Amino acid sequence: MATDTSTSTESTGFDLPPIVGKVLSNRRIGLGLAILLPIALVAILGETVAPYDPTATHVADRYAGPGGQFLLGTDHLGRDLLSRVILGGRTSLLLGFGATALALLVGVPIGLTAGYAKGRVDELLMRIMDIIMSVPTLLLGLLILVVLPSNILNVVMAIGVVYAPRIARVTRSATLSVSEEEYVMAAKARGESSPYILFREILPNVTGPIVVEGSVRVGYAIMIGTSLSFLGLGAGPPNPDWGFMISTARDHIYQTPWFLIWPSVALLLTVMATNLIGDGLRDVLDPREVGDHS
Amino acid sequence: MSMETSTRRSDQETLLSVDSLDVKFEVADGNIHALRDVSLAVEKGETVGLAGESGSGKSTLALAIVQYLDANGWVDDGSITFEGEDLLSASKRELRSIRGNRIAHVAQNPSSSLNPSMTIGAQIRETIDLHQDIESDEEGTRRVHDVLEQVNLPNPAGIADRYPHELSGGQQQRALLAIGLSCNPDLLILDEPTTGLDVTTQAKFLDLVEDLKAEYDAGILLITHNLGVISEIADRVNILYAGEMLEKGPVEEVFTSPANPYTQALLATTPEIAKDKEVKPIPGRIPELDAIPNGCIFADRCEFATEECRTDDIEMASVDGERDHESRCLHWRDVVDNPIDVPAKQASDRTPGEPILSINHLQKYYDEGGFIKNLIGDHDPVKAVNDVSFDIHEGEAVGLVGESGCGKSTLGRTLLKLHTVTSGSIEYDGTDIDSLSKQELNEFRSSCQIIFQDPEASLNPNRTVRQILERPLKLFTDRAADERRTRAEELLNQVNLGSDVVDKKPHELSGGQQQRVAIARAFAADPSLIVLDEPVSSLDVSVQASILNLLEDLCEEYGTSYLLISHDLSVIEAICDRVAVMYLGEIIETGSTDQIFDPPYHPYTRALLSSIPTLDPYEEKSRIRLDGDVPDARNPPSGCSFNTRCPQKIGEVCETDDPDLEDGGGGHCIGCHLSEEEMSESLDATFDQG
Repeated sequence: MATDTSTSTESTGFDLPPIVGKVLSNRRIGLGLAILLPIALVAILGETVAPYDPTATHVADRYAGPGGQFLLGTDHLGRDLLSRVILGGRTSLLLGFGATALALLVGVPIGLTAGYAKGRVDELLMRIMDIIMSVPTLLLGLLILVVLPSNILNVVMAIGVVYAPRIARVTRSATLSVSEEEYVMAAKARGESSPYILFREILPNVTGPIVVEGSVRVGYAIMIGTSLSFLGLGAGPPNPDWGFMISTARDHIYQTPWFLIWPSVALLLTVMATNLIGDGLRDVLDPREVGDHS
Repeated sequence: MSMETSTRRSDQETLLSVDSLDVKFEVADGNIHALRDVSLAVEKGETVGLAGESGSGKSTLALAIVQYLDANGWVDDGSITFEGEDLLSASKRELRSIRGNRIAHVAQNPSSSLNPSMTIGAQIRETIDLHQDIESDEEGTRRVHDVLEQVNLPNPAGIADRYPHELSGGQQQRALLAIGLSCNPDLLILDEPTTGLDVTTQAKFLDLVEDLKAEYDAGILLITHNLGVISEIADRVNILYAGEMLEKGPVEEVFTSPANPYTQALLATTPEIAKDKEVKPIPGRIPELDAIPNGCIFADRCEFATEECRTDDIEMASVDGERDHESRCLHWRDVVDNPIDVPAKQASDRTPGEPILSINHLQKYYDEGGFIKNLIGDHDPVKAVNDVSFDIHEGEAVGLVGESGCGKSTLGRTLLKLHTVTSGSIEYDGTDIDSLSKQELNEFRSSCQIIFQDPEASLNPNRTVRQILERPLKLFTDRAADERRTRAEELLNQVNLGSDVVDKKPHELSGGQQQRVAIARAFAADPSLIVLDEPVSSLDVSVQASILNLLEDLCEEYGTSYLLISHDLSVIEAICDRVAVMYLGEIIETGSTDQIFDPPYHPYTRALLSSIPTLDPYEEKSRIRLDGDVPDARNPPSGCSFNTRCPQKIGEVCETDDPDLEDGGGGHCIGCHLSEEEMSESLDATFDQG
């Protein structure tokens, strides 16, 4: 699980060395990272930092408020909310980054091919993408999970498929302009193969918009993952997960509002952080800015 | 060139005077002193040229005059006076009433300076309504039409209702000028007005500015990097270099006996048509504005520089007090006495061998219609290249010249199999390039290379110079890694770059250095043919000369053939052995460089040549101006494609029969119905469309 997370962070962070400093000095990115990194760290550490077993029930302490023995209180079965929010974060982050990584893996090659080949290939690929995009995201996710057994991998896959067309579209539009550049023409005149031109000449020059789109998608993927498990199609009990926690908490809102509040706050902070990072990257990776710095 | 300027300037009325102006910009790491001690004066009824290479601060000066500097820039010292008013202390309100009304600034790029969603008429009307009291709507419309007529736009009422994209580049430039003229300004600032226009369009625009000057009695400040344009229409010239004024004076004096080494070098480095001279590059580079040297800023590149040039600030010295000719040089007397000796051009001793590429009746059409349009057959393809035949032989440099949109770049790229062929054939070593085997195609790719106009766009921004140069070696040769390394450094050496650039990325290099890298890349695998697509037109003139000389040297050294594509006849003449003139997708004249230029025969070639501004302010030459614009390539005229603009059109035969290229002797082929005698008739003012 931990290795999965690390590969997916890599896929949203293949920056060009000279702009690393610029990325880190951006205020939004700084703030976003300041929120996201602790959340991610705690989620990765999971059991080691959680004070209780997240599935252990403490029947005597049901609906406990924050403070005291249980820092954030307990739910309707007397399970420790802090431990559940921490472990639930692991599921949500895995969903966010895993699904985005999958979407990039599928969407980027499609977008590159469509933007470079143009004509019929472009039409064909992009119309398929349009069809996928024309189905409301949540509905499409639901459809996939109704057919497939609902476990965490299938949720990642479902969200990945839902978001791949959006990544493809962004990649295609960036590719369209880059493929008209003269260095691409020069590569063709050298007789380079199409895969070389796509992945070595074009891809490094379209990473900016893709990274931005990817980082924004992480937040959306977490949201949609949460929504799916809210609707009962997530990773499933007894594994904690924010969406499922919120959905269960709804029934107990009069006994303890904290049950609802904590996972919601965690969700809010995480999505906000990824959006901040996405916005920041958009500013920093603006191709004109990258080209100009001397 | 008007001669009235020989009267003493003090007799005239000073319109604008800029005195010891200092402009600074705040940037990330400190302040940049962009203009230092710059003085300039424009009199009423006078055209003042402001010349300088890119980065010299020309546009900054123009923007400072209209108080329109970017937010991080400010005037640090000095004064700007316009008709007795101090512009620097003027309030925002006063400035607004001056800008656009009494001072009109016509910006550089017409396609982005015009608002695409407003009609031309509405944009002119906007300025008029803002500054003038217009009694009625009719009067406003009438004034819009008047001013459009003044800039020689045909059918003003029709033009006023059109949107910018419906006009050609030349017409857009005129419309922009019309906005500038709409309030009868006292001072007109033209910032690079003809950059990006074809020579024929440029010539007509310059004629127009001359006529307007006589009509309006306004002062004109003409900013350009093109010395020929200044020589053509300016009365006085100011030479700006890295933020300092180096020389100023009457055009006749400055251009014939320059008193500043920079002006002298700049004139020697500019290629000129039919002058039979070599171009002499200026060594070194323009200094960075954040590291201005002590003393004279040109000292590092100057042949006359001595110790004392590098110590103290140099003051403007008066060369000719009578005519306000000044130079910022300690040794100006030496400079005047020692004009640069430009060697005469040596005829190349290249002897063309066997044909490398044979092009037979090549056509390249672009089909822009979509699926539906194709289905109902409701459109014509763009005929970019229409029935072109010629050969490129071993070891010769062929020039392909024509105005923008004539299909020359498309032709160059089609030859390299970068575009598909619509019909006709291209043979490489006797084999059609469409039927090459994989092995042969690889060989074709390795022996035919291309160099593009914009070096920055032609180098992948994410690669180092080493990676860029080693890639073709890896693809086309079986050299080992360390051999590739040595070869890459050897190539850099051949294009006069130090091996210190080898680990840099393109954006860390200057434009000239980038183009050298692109040239090195093209030569990496010992090609037999290189297509050069406008290789120097995005470079400054001082860099241009050194690139041209480099290309010439490499051509001798490697025995490579060139196909040099350019709109600039002087660049073609500098390098090429043979020239093909292209118009609307067709070749209308081919022959050796001398046959084409000396003297020109085809009416189009004659018009092209006469449109080029010359550096010699005294030179009298025939002025042939072409009517109208290049016709639509989707629907070219019947018969001779040039018949709609030809000043020597005979009659019906030109509209019905397309003339064949006929060999008039010695390989000089002309496609025209006129006889050779008729073509060499002098074209006097009756053809001058002004």
